[in-house]
Amino acid sequence: MHSELIAVAMSGGVDSSAVAALMKRQGLNVAGLTMQLWNQRRLPQLATEATTGRCCSLDDVYDARRVAEDLDMPFYVVNLEDHFEESVVKPFVADYLEGRTPIPCTHCNTFIKFDRFLELADSVGAKSIATGHYARVGYNGESGRWELRTAIDFSKDQTYFLWGLTQEQLSRTLFPLGHMTKPEVRQLAVDLKLAVAGKPESYEICFVPNGDYAGFIDAYLNEKGDGAVAAQGNIVHEDGRELGRHAGAHRFTVGQRKGLGIAAPEPLYVISTDPKSQTVTVGGNDSLLRKTLVARDINWISWPGVESPARVQVRIRNRHVPAGATLSPLPDGKVEVAFDEPQRAVTPGQGAVFYSGELVVGGGWIE
Amino acid sequence: MSHYYFDHNATSPVAPEVLQCLLETMAEVPGNASSIHYYGQAAKRKLEGARRILAESIHCDPRELVFTSGGTESDNLAIFGIARKALREKGRAHVITSAIEHPAVLNACTQLEREGAQVTVLPVDRNGRVEPVDVRNALRPDTCLVTIHHANNEIGTVEPVAKLAKTAREGGALFHTDAVQTVGRIPVDAKALGVDLMSIGGHKCGGPKGVGALYIRKGVELDPVLFGGHHERDRRAGTENFPGAMALATAIAGGPDRWQHTAELRDRLERGILTRVPGIRLNGDPTNRIPNTANIAFEGIGGEAMVISLDLRGYAVSSGSACSSGAVEPSHVLLALGLDRDAARSSVRFSLGPGNTAEQVDGLIEAVVASVAHLRRVSPIMENRTELELAHA
Repeated sequence: MHSELIAVAMSGGVDSSAVAALMKRQGLNVAGLTMQLWNQRRLPQLATEATTGRCCSLDDVYDARRVAEDLDMPFYVVNLEDHFEESVVKPFVADYLEGRTPIPCTHCNTFIKFDRFLELADSVGAKSIATGHYARVGYNGESGRWELRTAIDFSKDQTYFLWGLTQEQLSRTLFPLGHMTKPEVRQLAVDLKLAVAGKPESYEICFVPNGDYAGFIDAYLNEKGDGAVAAQGNIVHEDGRELGRHAGAHRFTVGQRKGLGIAAPEPLYVISTDPKSQTVTVGGNDSLLRKTLVARDINWISWPGVESPARVQVRIRNRHVPAGATLSPLPDGKVEVAFDEPQRAVTPGQGAVFYSGELVVGGGWIE
Repeated sequence: MSHYYFDHNATSPVAPEVLQCLLETMAEVPGNASSIHYYGQAAKRKLEGARRILAESIHCDPRELVFTSGGTESDNLAIFGIARKALREKGRAHVITSAIEHPAVLNACTQLEREGAQVTVLPVDRNGRVEPVDVRNALRPDTCLVTIHHANNEIGTVEPVAKLAKTAREGGALFHTDAVQTVGRIPVDAKALGVDLMSIGGHKCGGPKGVGALYIRKGVELDPVLFGGHHERDRRAGTENFPGAMALATAIAGGPDRWQHTAELRDRLERGILTRVPGIRLNGDPTNRIPNTANIAFEGIGGEAMVISLDLRGYAVSSGSACSSGAVEPSHVLLALGLDRDAARSSVRFSLGPGNTAEQVDGLIEAVVASVAHLRRVSPIMENRTELELAHA
């Protein structure tokens, strides 16, 4: 029936709107779907003026619908709030409480934006999906693998968040913006008179207003009846000195300098947090440097895996300049990354993504 | 692609004779029904004519009708009008309602609680019926109002309103019913039902959106919720929408005849789906329900996906109720019947109207069969189920 139908994930932003317009202009049979993931009014104590312009806000859904109306394409809003809470928000909170610094966008991409969205696409009879991510996907006939590559516009590249995609997911996904620069996309939005052409970009985690993770976690646990995190503990210098007290290790993240609440002659950074003893260890910048890391739950993309040490470049956070490293297999499907130069703030819970040039080799979670 | 409409409980197309009446009244009568001159008198004549026609349809006195902007305003006027008066005069107000009311009733009750009233929400049985004995047990000396709808918009169940109203009266409370899904589709007699207040809407029965009425039995007094001029006997301020009132009265007067054949079509639809699709069940009361509504749970399928799939095949149906973004939440009605969240999420409402034909229904059955087959094929939950298991589900 709708064999040619393509489902476009529309967030109400410029990028996904441009995708919809591009595909519609090519005469493709497209339907727009917006995923309602989180009720921005759910934790009213966090509400700020900023909540109205956020992802999944009514304004964004309004914008997505408006674009779809202008493009004269079918458009639906689907409620994935239960799934989002289960596979993104709960692990996010749990990670923080266990002393890790999670990146919910990767969970969201893996379990919602691609997994659930492909199911949705199936249910409406769409074989493929298209999203506004800046990345490139293609099939390599020699290796028989679907490959992921960084975006042409490397300043907008989003492959750091896409390392969890499976071969099946990649085989059904289109990233039409991977070959365009952001200015080109903006210009296209203006040329096509898209209602969202002038809309600013959002960078924050969509369900955490103002980047206040600790405030979100407290409010969320409160709503669940677990009460806010009552933990407190010591801030300890790596040389053993006790420097002060804190109101919960989950309020700190590795590499953090501001908001430690202690006066010291030299700049101090969080080096590690231990949720069990509630100890936050701080030290000088040099103490943040690490030569190696171990990553688990590896998802291989462009390569089928590594049997012996291999040369790659590794990113340990978004916008991190890929650093030269050697990748070695470990038992249990883990890998060790040995950097050529020590890297700053290797943070448990974040992703480590391996590149070979523009090719995304795979990735895993930093232990 | 052709598109067919099976979502009349959300809203219904304006009937041709209603549209004609609306346009004529608007074009020919420019005045304000509260003005004393020639133009005002012509407008007033239309307004009162509409009131008489509507009064005849529901068997009441014309003076017992107040025109409003629709069902939601009528519900709000009834609930706030009675409860705020009680709060103001006695300092206490207790209201009884049911768990499956329309949000216009439930959210008005939530607001009443913030204003100091107390609210009891009664459960319903698995068919969606409210038991008179539950009303009796919930009645208190300070109960000022019992509000239970005549028929439910999602499952179509018709409540035993006459018995419920009698129970309320015996307990010294007033009784309000939201009859938006019944008046104009089936004959409704306000006096025979014995209700004190009854909400009526225009757009579910071939009238225009933005007009409704509240029946207020003679002798019942309430506080207004809108303040302004002395319109509608000081019960509802605002320049009277007499073209809308005429259209509303016209729609309701001719409604039951136009809607009569929907029962047969609804049964044809249910029969078709029941015989051809395994793993389904009907929600609601199989006998006591309005003639145009069928609510069906399709095991292993998201109602939302079903709605989208059918829409892309040209058939408009609905699932749950839309929240502010337009996304669908699991229906509070189905949850109150005792369905779990999955079953509630897998339910689809088909609501027929005067424009539907047997051919359209047969087309819809084919589309449902194809959509279910497709959705179950792609749904991971259903992978290990055989057709035989489903047939016995």
